[in-house]
Amino acid sequence: MNDAKIRVNKFSFYYGQSKALHDISVDVKENTVIGIIGPSGCGKSTFLRSLNRMNEIITDTKTDGEIIIDGRNIYDKDVDIVDIRRKIGMVFQKSNPFPKSIFDNVAYGLRINGAKDKNYIAQKVETSLQNAALWNEVKDRLNTNAFELSGGQQQRLCIARALAVEPEVILMDEPASALDPTATLKIEELIQKLKEKYTIIIVTHNMQQAARISDFTAFFMMGELKEYGETNKIFTSPAKKITEDYITGRFG
Amino acid sequence: MNTRQLKQIFGFNLLRICAGIIFLSIILILYDIASKGLNIISWEFIFSMPKKGMTEGGIFPAIVGTVMVTSITAIVSIPLGMGCAIYLNEYAKNGKLTRLIRLSIRNLSGVPSIVYGLFGVVLFVQLMNFGTSILSAGLTLGLMTLPWTVTASEEALKNVPKSYREGSLALGATKWQAIRTNVLPYAVGGMLTGTILGLARAAGETAPILFTGVAFYIPFIPKSVSSQFMALPYHLYVMSTQHPAIEQVKPIAYGTALVLIIVVFAMNLSAIILRYKLRKLKEE
Repeated sequence: MNDAKIRVNKFSFYYGQSKALHDISVDVKENTVIGIIGPSGCGKSTFLRSLNRMNEIITDTKTDGEIIIDGRNIYDKDVDIVDIRRKIGMVFQKSNPFPKSIFDNVAYGLRINGAKDKNYIAQKVETSLQNAALWNEVKDRLNTNAFELSGGQQQRLCIARALAVEPEVILMDEPASALDPTATLKIEELIQKLKEKYTIIIVTHNMQQAARISDFTAFFMMGELKEYGETNKIFTSPAKKITEDYITGRFG
Repeated sequence: MNTRQLKQIFGFNLLRICAGIIFLSIILILYDIASKGLNIISWEFIFSMPKKGMTEGGIFPAIVGTVMVTSITAIVSIPLGMGCAIYLNEYAKNGKLTRLIRLSIRNLSGVPSIVYGLFGVVLFVQLMNFGTSILSAGLTLGLMTLPWTVTASEEALKNVPKSYREGSLALGATKWQAIRTNVLPYAVGGMLTGTILGLARAAGETAPILFTGVAFYIPFIPKSVSSQFMALPYHLYVMSTQHPAIEQVKPIAYGTALVLIIVVFAMNLSAIILRYKLRKLKEE
């Protein structure tokens, strides 16, 4: 796969002395959904947060290897971390709207990236909310506080906020883990739609969810990538015994 | 009734007595000062100059002096303290040096105020050549309130959820953008609350201004920050212990004490109201 959007090459990650990720190598194609599954503490979130260098908020961390996005190692010294994070959006496990109006939440990323023109911002907010399938529910109350939205709406607002700055890749860290089935379904439908424009990497605890929405699945355990392949294959005829044990619910 | 219950009743009443003693002493102090000071307080007492060797007239210069000194204290303490807190909480790595800085700041709040006064004389009055003045006294008090401002500001910053910072950074904000647009707006209220409490303490201090600028008797309003000045706490000290006609000026002393208490109380009250309003805002 030479047309890989993201190429992870022998990537390792350390918290202090402890190694959390061991020599991960993986290629991600453009416009696909990658599901990352594995038991708690297996390093799947750490891996996800390595892709937009979000782990660097924590001090005393170290990396080895490369993560190449569009032909460029994002861990190179001369890479601007702000560019990386704008290009690679992130949706967190717990929806984290800011204590601002719905409009200002979506406009936030535009404004910090220097947008001034009011019409442009308003237009962008509308299309982002439409793309996040939230517009119809909030168009009449854009100025109310985002905290008044339901849990599922808040999470879609966070997706809209991420979309507004026009990322190319979207990282999602268990985006539906705190939502009820209806809200979860909406998020899953949304992910299918977003795939047309974006490359999506999603960490999930829910194996059915991974099977439903992802094109490729990566199975992590103890900081190692145990198996990676087309979702169909992973879930029907996994190459490794341990993968089979996990997806059939024998542990985890 | 068994011994367990007796012990319970005994313990409970002991605690009640502790609370009662504290409450009573506060009431006694307030009653004593209010009953002796209230009848001298009038618009004239507040807004006129002391006359005839301070045996008559008002305390206006002392009020103005205290307000001016406290303003200088605020100008020094607010930006410096908040800046230091932002650095410590947001930027500094949690290493040995940071811990040492934090420890020193905590310990500074335990340094006796007279020591700050002596330090102020050396640094501001002599070394920096500001002379005995409002400026020197305000700067000295500013140093003294810094531990309060820094500690309160750091607490306020810690109360802002981590997810606000992360969410902002994930959208491509620089660290400073994240702090300025998505952390400070939600911390500034708490920062101010702590700062006001520190300033209220500074307004009532005598020792730090004793050598750095306060004067015994200046029956006019200070012209600039480089003048000497009268201040409420020192005026109170003078009127109650230093004045030659001590019996005659006693009512003035009590009036001054009452005004000082009201000023400090008003500042504390504004901090409480501010905190209450912000809490309500957060719940909304």
